[in-house]
Amino acid sequence: MKLAIPELSLVALVGPSGSGKSTFAHRHFAPTQVLSSDVFRAMVADDENDQSATAEAFDALYHVAGKRLRAGRLTVVDATHVQREDRAKVVALAREHDVLPVAIVFDLPRSVCATRNENHRALPDHVLRRQRDALRRSLRHLHKEGFRKVHVLSTVDEVESVELQYEKAYNDKRELTGPFDVIGDVHGCRAELENLLGRLGYRLDRDDSGRPVGAAHPDGRTAVFVGDLVDRGPDTPGVLRLVMGMVAAGTALCVAGNHENKLVRALDGRKVTVSHGLAESLAQLSGESPDFRASARDFMYSLVSHYRLDGGDLVVAHAGLKEDYHGRASARVRSFCLYGETTGETDEYGLPVRHPWAREYRGAAAVVYGHTPVLEPTWLNNTICLDTGCVFGGSLTALRWPERDLVSVPAEQVHYQPVRPLAVEAGRSDDSQERPDDLLRIQDVLGTRTLETRLLGRLKVLEENAAGALEVMSRFAIDPRWLVYLPPTMAPSATTEEEGLLEHPAEAFQYYRAERVSQVLCEEKHMGSRAVVVLCRDGEVARRRFGIADGTTGAVHTRTGRAFFNDQERTERLLARLRGAVDEAGLWAELGTDWLVLDAELLPWSAKAGDLLRQYASVGAAARAALPTAVSVLEKVAGRGIDVGELLGRQRRRLSHVDAFTAAYGGYCWPVDDLKGVVLAPFQILAGEGACYADQDHLWHLERIDRLVAADPELLRTTRRFLVNVDDPESAAAGVAWWTELTERGGEGMVVKPLSGVAQGALQPGIKCRGREYLRIIYGPDYTEPANLARLRQRNLGRKRSLALREHALGWEALHRFVEGEPLWRVHEVVFAVLALESEPIDPRL
Amino acid sequence: MLLTVSTTHRPATDLGHLLHKHPDRSQRFEVTGGVAHVMYPEASEERCTAALLLDVDPVELARGRRGQGPEGFVLGQYVNDLPYAASSLLAVALGKVFGSALRGRCGARPELVETPIPLEIHIPALPCRGGPELVRNLFLPLGWSVWAISVPLDPAFPDWGDSRYLDVRLTGSARLADALSQLYVLLPVLDDAKHYWVSEDEVAKLVRAGGRWLNTHPERELITSRYLAHQRRFASAALARLAELDGRPAEEVVEDVVEDATEVAADSAPVGHDAADQRVPSLAEQRCAAILSELRSAGAARVVDMGCGEGRLLRELLAERSFTEIVGVDVAPRALRTAAARLRLDQMAERQRERIRLLHGSLTYADSRLAGFDALVLAEVIEHVDPPRLPALAQAVFGAARPTTVVVTTPNVEYNVRWPSLPAGDTRHPDHRFEWSRTEFADWAETVSAEYGYTARILPVGPVDAELGAPTQLAVFTRKGANPA
Repeated sequence: MKLAIPELSLVALVGPSGSGKSTFAHRHFAPTQVLSSDVFRAMVADDENDQSATAEAFDALYHVAGKRLRAGRLTVVDATHVQREDRAKVVALAREHDVLPVAIVFDLPRSVCATRNENHRALPDHVLRRQRDALRRSLRHLHKEGFRKVHVLSTVDEVESVELQYEKAYNDKRELTGPFDVIGDVHGCRAELENLLGRLGYRLDRDDSGRPVGAAHPDGRTAVFVGDLVDRGPDTPGVLRLVMGMVAAGTALCVAGNHENKLVRALDGRKVTVSHGLAESLAQLSGESPDFRASARDFMYSLVSHYRLDGGDLVVAHAGLKEDYHGRASARVRSFCLYGETTGETDEYGLPVRHPWAREYRGAAAVVYGHTPVLEPTWLNNTICLDTGCVFGGSLTALRWPERDLVSVPAEQVHYQPVRPLAVEAGRSDDSQERPDDLLRIQDVLGTRTLETRLLGRLKVLEENAAGALEVMSRFAIDPRWLVYLPPTMAPSATTEEEGLLEHPAEAFQYYRAERVSQVLCEEKHMGSRAVVVLCRDGEVARRRFGIADGTTGAVHTRTGRAFFNDQERTERLLARLRGAVDEAGLWAELGTDWLVLDAELLPWSAKAGDLLRQYASVGAAARAALPTAVSVLEKVAGRGIDVGELLGRQRRRLSHVDAFTAAYGGYCWPVDDLKGVVLAPFQILAGEGACYADQDHLWHLERIDRLVAADPELLRTTRRFLVNVDDPESAAAGVAWWTELTERGGEGMVVKPLSGVAQGALQPGIKCRGREYLRIIYGPDYTEPANLARLRQRNLGRKRSLALREHALGWEALHRFVEGEPLWRVHEVVFAVLALESEPIDPRL
Repeated sequence: MLLTVSTTHRPATDLGHLLHKHPDRSQRFEVTGGVAHVMYPEASEERCTAALLLDVDPVELARGRRGQGPEGFVLGQYVNDLPYAASSLLAVALGKVFGSALRGRCGARPELVETPIPLEIHIPALPCRGGPELVRNLFLPLGWSVWAISVPLDPAFPDWGDSRYLDVRLTGSARLADALSQLYVLLPVLDDAKHYWVSEDEVAKLVRAGGRWLNTHPERELITSRYLAHQRRFASAALARLAELDGRPAEEVVEDVVEDATEVAADSAPVGHDAADQRVPSLAEQRCAAILSELRSAGAARVVDMGCGEGRLLRELLAERSFTEIVGVDVAPRALRTAAARLRLDQMAERQRERIRLLHGSLTYADSRLAGFDALVLAEVIEHVDPPRLPALAQAVFGAARPTTVVVTTPNVEYNVRWPSLPAGDTRHPDHRFEWSRTEFADWAETVSAEYGYTARILPVGPVDAELGAPTQLAVFTRKGANPA
């Protein structure tokens, strides 16, 4: 005996004790699919027969069942279910998770149960009798109770011969890989549909009267209609004839629209309000044969609510579908597919307010839908509405999948007067508001999160770190639409044993030598503040590409996402200068972009870090006040013949260290007045339209930046560089000499990068090597004292390196996602993760 | 870090007896943070100078502690003034090295202990929050002549101004024990940043060291509160014990009602013109009352306090049974921890505890946990959001959370001129990204209402100035089409 079970369902085994439910479950289902009331009773009360624990046991059982169903897993409940209220709970649970409830009933002869009962549990006879009586009374009500399938097994032989057959859900067409042409709301516009199919490359079949009755694509493409074929337009029967022919021939799929739903009810003679163009359909269909009307009715009645296609990557539903409902079946799923989700409120015109499900959509599957007229279809969080109001005089639109190209034909005329002009109608839709996709949810960033990156695979962000970043991001960061990148931290070179030094280029070269990278580029490290510059060619580009419509043309932000200047006008003045340089260097055309993201250092240090500098200066001030007195006191003590030589020597060295310390930070400070004195040193072109420039080697970047510098040498500063082959001792020695000279003249140091493009995998993208005097600012004025150096050398770089790699992978991931046009939340979750990782506790001196 | 003590008492070398340190030797003592050296650069009949030099080991000091740098300066734990400035570490060293002298013990010269002698004290790098004036205020009442000048921050950058260090010389006639105990207490007070953890026994130390002179000092309260690092509970205990030493009844010790640090003094001070006679509620209290009254008349039972901070409004909400579900949301986890502690959530009765939840969240992200409430309060919150981010706030609150009622309060900038303590052009709090006039607030309320389908009503909170309005403006937004409860 074959039992059909939907692949995703909640199966209730129904039958008195001893009817063989558990044995059956054991034979036909995996142990993890079966939730048995006995097992749960034992779990909560240490005794599977403890009836006093039944309520708690079922509470736990339903909880676990709910978790399984949420994840889309077939679940079997093994309990007697002879009472109606117990079954009602199963049905309710299935509905809550939009899966089909199924009953398998064990209506076996009494003697069979009795024998098994004696061997097994020995319940009193009257209990068994009561269970069986309850079951017999229930049998014919099971369908009505809501079970979508009821299988009754009446003999031992039937039970023994059972073979389960899993049925795919109607909406599951994941095996179809297309390619597809998804077509928006047609509404009886046959002529435009013929035109569109022609544009898409379909060949129409016509009957003897010349009416199209089918269409096929020479490349085997499949058309997918989003519903609302009917009503309002001039030829609903013609559209139905064509689409029915295509569906029957397998060249098209069609999901149900709300207009089909209502037309079926009208054709069935149910009482419906004849409005919204239903009258036209009924009039047109009355001119058709009864046979055609009947087959049209059956066709529309048979339409399923939504389809999952192409391995699950594509979902088509008339009014869209939230992720929880993909592949599910229930009345509310169907209702969502037909009408969308309403909030229960009405607007000032008395029309229902729609819930903007697409703004909150976070699914991986693309959802293509219609139902709500829009002026221009736009992707929003991986969803797109194709209803371009053909019947109202707009156009009929198709989406090619997987190409994602839009193809549309204009309406031949206004076939049906909209209540409001189409523009207003379209403006009312949830998805075409001025800034459709800026809705970020707290769930997009909080909690422990795992992010997929192309450089390093899955990266985990801990809940506590995300919590730390939320405050910074919310209170201080600029508009997240500008934040398409946050720069990663960078690890220093391994600690050197060179006398008087903590860092030395030889260690950085050695690192890359060991990693089998021979060509490295040493880049001067500018000592200012890290700045990321987002630059648009004009305000229109900012609006179109970044969704910022307030006239600003870019952003200059720090490594934590704060605006560099508090004054937006000052930022705009800087951007205008930079834009001039890009114009002059011809980079827009060369790179084929009208926006750029640059990684840069903004100088002087004092421009942004004024408060920080006061802290440093304060140390110098205290030392200059105290040390000369201390030296003079000690000299007098020594003059009295008391030996304080060692102490005196140390205070004298301290005084000279403090002078060196003050000179070190002083070199990075100069006055600025608006842009006067401000210097920007870009060192990498991160991204532009259609491209992350990650693959280009660092000389490619610097050469283009040199042309920018040539165009505005007052604002922009070049990054000095030195190419080293780490396998060639002479070249490496020259690199060391270059660094020595650079740092002796007050430079911060250098960054050593593999020459060719962005590092992959576990290779550090850069190693910094800081100068001896600069490190006084980091490790304190006296760090060069041999006793101090000896202790400071015991620094651990492991965590810093790991952090640098992870942040690097996340930074590029964010840029890639932005370049590929992914939704804001997908870019933001990665940018946010960089900030979250920054709150990991790590020695700040590294 | 260094200080010297000189005397011209004859014979001046008696200083060695008083300090229990021989003038012809250099002695070293292991103390917290390094090694203290005592030595005498001069030691004659006429004049004798003792120097206390604390040789700090900054690397070792940094290893032993975490995150001691000032706000936003993480490297401060490694790069700091500890090796140079006369901070609390020097006071600790002084207490340890000159312990007997501090307690006034001297077997060799017992009479000298009780005798005021001419003294000169030099502290070349004294960190001082309050400038030379504070040094004078603290030492002049104790009988010292004070010479104090500010040290410039960096001579290469004159426009950076002065540092917080002073070169200080005190001259006068005093018992050495008193002079030392005054330094012991006042060095950390001037610095106003203790470099070790304040604990209960600090109270005892303060009472012991300051017993003789502190109780009559005009700056007694500043000294106690700074010494105990602003921990008001400890400070009250210390004041009470000092009063007892003096034979007076202990004043009532107030529980730790530390005002919200994010509000200006003006905000918590009583407002109104008859403040002198009777207690007028502070503006913060009036605001709270106005919010509660609006929530009541809207019939709200389930309320979100967005930006709840340390839970001032939550406490009021909890006090009224009609609020059945209360949710406090803040972006700062630290604020939520403080709120939980102040509301004593861990000790709350179960029935009461079920009414309140604290959530970590943000104003600029949509949050499904906050959807469907009767009311949402934004009390003195929007002005902490950058103007370009306000649309995101409106979307999260009016679009996503979409409660029936939204109550918003914010400062009325026009009223600021009524506060003489607030310099013209300054905002009421350094973190205020803007402060709106009445027109600006009304415009915003109108725009938001139109966009999200609400109606708004604006009312003043606090004393109304005929010309300038009230110090606080409050808007009540009601969702259109919502059935009032």
